[in-house]
Amino acid sequence: MRLSQDPTIDTVAKLGAVSVAMFAFVFVVMVPLYNVLCDALGINGKTSSEAYISVMSEVDETRSIKVQFIATNNDGMPWAFAPDVTEMVVHPGAANDTVFYAANPTTASMIAQAIPSVSPSRAAEFFHKTECFCFEQQPLDGESEAQMPLQFIVDQDLPADIKTITLSYTLFDVTSLMRDKVASR
Amino acid sequence: MGDHHHGPAKGLSRWLYTTNHKDIGTMYLWFSFAMFLLGGAFAMIIRAELFQPGMQLVEPGFFNQMTTLHGLIMVFGAIMPSFVGLANWLIPMMIGAPDMALPRMNNWSFWILPPAFLMLASTLLMEGGAPAFGWTFYAPLSTTYAPPSVTFFIFAIHILGVSSIMGSINIIATVMNMRAPGMSYMKMPLFVWTWLITAFLLVAVMPVLAGAVTMMLMDIHFGTSFFSAAGGGDPVLFQHIFWFFGHPEVYIIILPAFGVISQIIPAFSRKPLFGYASMVYATAAIAFLSFIVWAHHMYTVGMPLAGELFFMYATMLIAVPTGVKVFNWVTTMWRGAMTFETPMLFSIGFLVLFTIGGFTGLMLSIAPADFQYHDTYFVVAHFHYVMVAGAVFSMTAAIYFWLPKWTGRMYNETMGKVHFWVSFIGFNITFFPQHFVGLAGMPRRIPDYALQFADFNMMSSIGAFIYGASQLLFLYNVIAAITSGKRVTDEKIWDGAEGLEWTLPSPPPYHTFEVPPTIEEQPAH
Amino acid sequence: MLNARALAAAALTPLAANAQNQINMPTGVSDAGVVITELGAEIYGLHMLIFWISVAIGVGVFGIMLYSIYAHRKSRGVKPSQFHEHTGVEIAWTVIPFFILVAMAVPATSTLLEVYDNDDAELSILVTGYQWKWKYEYLDADGENISFFSNLATSQEQIYNTDVKGENYLLEVDQPLVIPVDTKVRFLITASDVIHSWWVPEIAVKRDAIPGFINEAWTRVLAEGVYRGQCTELCGSYHGFMPVEVHVVSQDEFDDWTASKRGAAVADATLATQELSVDDLMARGADIYNASCLACHGAKGEGGLGNAIAGSAIAMGGVDSHLNVIVNGVAGTAMQAFGAQLSDVDVAAVTTYQRNAFGNNTGDVVQASDVVSYKEG
Repeated sequence: MRLSQDPTIDTVAKLGAVSVAMFAFVFVVMVPLYNVLCDALGINGKTSSEAYISVMSEVDETRSIKVQFIATNNDGMPWAFAPDVTEMVVHPGAANDTVFYAANPTTASMIAQAIPSVSPSRAAEFFHKTECFCFEQQPLDGESEAQMPLQFIVDQDLPADIKTITLSYTLFDVTSLMRDKVASR
Repeated sequence: MGDHHHGPAKGLSRWLYTTNHKDIGTMYLWFSFAMFLLGGAFAMIIRAELFQPGMQLVEPGFFNQMTTLHGLIMVFGAIMPSFVGLANWLIPMMIGAPDMALPRMNNWSFWILPPAFLMLASTLLMEGGAPAFGWTFYAPLSTTYAPPSVTFFIFAIHILGVSSIMGSINIIATVMNMRAPGMSYMKMPLFVWTWLITAFLLVAVMPVLAGAVTMMLMDIHFGTSFFSAAGGGDPVLFQHIFWFFGHPEVYIIILPAFGVISQIIPAFSRKPLFGYASMVYATAAIAFLSFIVWAHHMYTVGMPLAGELFFMYATMLIAVPTGVKVFNWVTTMWRGAMTFETPMLFSIGFLVLFTIGGFTGLMLSIAPADFQYHDTYFVVAHFHYVMVAGAVFSMTAAIYFWLPKWTGRMYNETMGKVHFWVSFIGFNITFFPQHFVGLAGMPRRIPDYALQFADFNMMSSIGAFIYGASQLLFLYNVIAAITSGKRVTDEKIWDGAEGLEWTLPSPPPYHTFEVPPTIEEQPAH
Repeated sequence: MLNARALAAAALTPLAANAQNQINMPTGVSDAGVVITELGAEIYGLHMLIFWISVAIGVGVFGIMLYSIYAHRKSRGVKPSQFHEHTGVEIAWTVIPFFILVAMAVPATSTLLEVYDNDDAELSILVTGYQWKWKYEYLDADGENISFFSNLATSQEQIYNTDVKGENYLLEVDQPLVIPVDTKVRFLITASDVIHSWWVPEIAVKRDAIPGFINEAWTRVLAEGVYRGQCTELCGSYHGFMPVEVHVVSQDEFDDWTASKRGAAVADATLATQELSVDDLMARGADIYNASCLACHGAKGEGGLGNAIAGSAIAMGGVDSHLNVIVNGVAGTAMQAFGAQLSDVDVAAVTTYQRNAFGNNTGDVVQASDVVSYKEG
């Protein structure tokens, strides 16, 4: 394909288009592709950010999986944040419920976002959350507390060698991020 | 004016408005040398602080600013522009073209560089200091936790990226459209080939770097969350994007060096380059592989096993085409009739030290072993063997090789040889011990270290001062040659040199090859 | 930037005797000949394998080159040959290296598989990177996690050359990580602010700590001893000052240690209900200040990365607003929320210290009960 009669201008136009395309490539290909790969391969132990629609499944009573819960506060997050129980033993296929406890000790109302991460990352795609406080931002008034629910199913297809799954939540303060978003609207 | 044979304009306007490839090449070379001295001065501060354990000269925060600016200025200000300068001077003369294809754009590509680096250097004086997050600027240290000057850093990266892209488009357009009749692709000198491939790499990956810094800018100022987990982003994504640019960038720096060495070794061996075609294919293979190995910089981020294995195997493969190049150069020397003028000395220095850097690169490619090497001084030693002994030595060789052609005056050969030996010894005293401290467990980018690293660090600092001082000798030799060097009138200054540039007078007239030369049957390499 | 006084002191202070200069990677075997970690020994073997292959190739290539430099020089009157191609040779030196690489890839792959074998751990420890310290949390099935911060223990005087540097200069911490010998320990690694990287060379574990996500690594240390490492990912100004110190002890000692840690937590809680003397608070506060505040606020409260504390409006103003800054941090700045990092007694002590040291002399005494009531609003 020729973009111009002048071969030099033709070369320049094509290369210019390539460089613009590569700039766009970062935004429209690399970022979404990375997110797809994260979901598919469990990079960083990322789990789906949407509720799993559970299909009726057999509970595999013969297998027991230890599930550990970890709560971490990101920098500048003053809330108290902890799992109600640190460990559960579950059977693949069964629905399990637990809660995380959060308290805002400051006088200001704040908004938090919990980011889940599963370890080993290979287990991420087999760890289904049917209900999670991490799906939404959690607003909390100053000097108040909340019980945040989590419901999950470990898939029966979980590789046989995985016997322990750790679910970590990191709590971020997104109050100012949200305020900026509202302001910019 | 209408006169095709006019000379340069007088005074400052010659340099401001010039569209002449030789003038622009000269400006690139001087600018990059100035940046080399600035980045070198920062390195001296780093080595002075590391001379002994304990904090003596600077504070830890300022130390980090020095390592960051040293890396950025050496990569983007010294090495890359110096090779663009070399390309400007040589490519038209090597392919028999009167000038670059886009002379006015050429002027712009150069003149936007000095303001970009002035802005980058000025961050040192800003509130909060200069960027202190390393030349790899990993988020969130470079976003949420960055000093306010990060915005100027981003803008500077954008400008120098535009400059590089324009320069590369110009080189590709020149090589593709302006070759003299009969100068087929497989007759081009290898320097032109390596630059052509480098230019394609630049066009492909500089926009990726621009994308990465644009995302940073948006995260910092416009509330997006590309690299912050809080908003659904991921700091590791930054590393993937950065190294998708960064690994090809490494070859952008070294491929033109390969080209230079492939010109010089045959000249002083008085024998044609061995395996011209395989050199071209090896260069193309390295360029291709550079796109699929980026995550070997990230073995410790916690990639899935399959990813780790893929990047390990792909990285190990690079040893094959790189090995081909080294074997070809050695075979070119074999049964030649060698002499050892300064350019040849620097080329042999390149060959030996770059090969050592290649071996450590192979070691680093082994993922489980890299868990021990990663982010230690072993890595610092490795990449200085390929960046300094690779790119900088070859650039120095190039200057000594072509300076008499450009200026019509000879440099002082004895001083050149002294420069080589002092550089070679100083370089090795600086960087060889860094392999040891790295393996023994010294992390990179630390302003102070445990006592068991003290002796080798002192040695390293002494070597750095020697190497640094030897560059002043180089500067003196070049200036002395230009102002009062012995005149050379032969077209072919080096009796073994081949190529169209050696058919031109020394110095070449302001405009050359306005009538395309006739290409002999004998290939120009 | 120039610190003339420190420079002068450096010239006057003799260095401590240097430890032996080590030139290679830790072998993974202790001086007594006991394997420290099997993985470490294996990685060392892999490293040496690749090294010797490289040396062999290097000797060949450089040998040929040096011979050529000697024999094929113009000054010996040789006529240059003009050959420039040889398909057979070129194919050979493309194919043979490929097989050498395959020979390297096989052991590398098997070692990597072991690195990734994280399951069946008997003990899980959460390692969290902070600017500029590590937090260790031992996960416990009954929810009684042991958790503490591990700060650099080297004094500022040693760093700024006014005191003789100790043997473990920059590699020593106030509270080391303690793990039992011959036990598979799983590390869950994350960070609270920027990316850090947790590394102990002798046990061959290095993993990046990424804010928001967890990484996994494991070890089984077979030799008791003290192993030291450092943060290896640039994490800001004091990146070079956040070491890792691991004590590997027998199972009995480990049980004693966990019991005493739990006891200390109870003691702190008890202390929180008591009134402490000003001297006790000041002494405790000075320790906390040096470990947690000094890096940013300076040895004399003169400020640096953080604001000055000497004469500051916060340290000399209302107690509640001072506590607010320490407990909750200051959003958007490097000032962290220490409420979760320090016990109530420690917050009380460091607040008291800041209000009375550096010439602040407010005379205010803050007790743990004040902190508790502040936290409860």
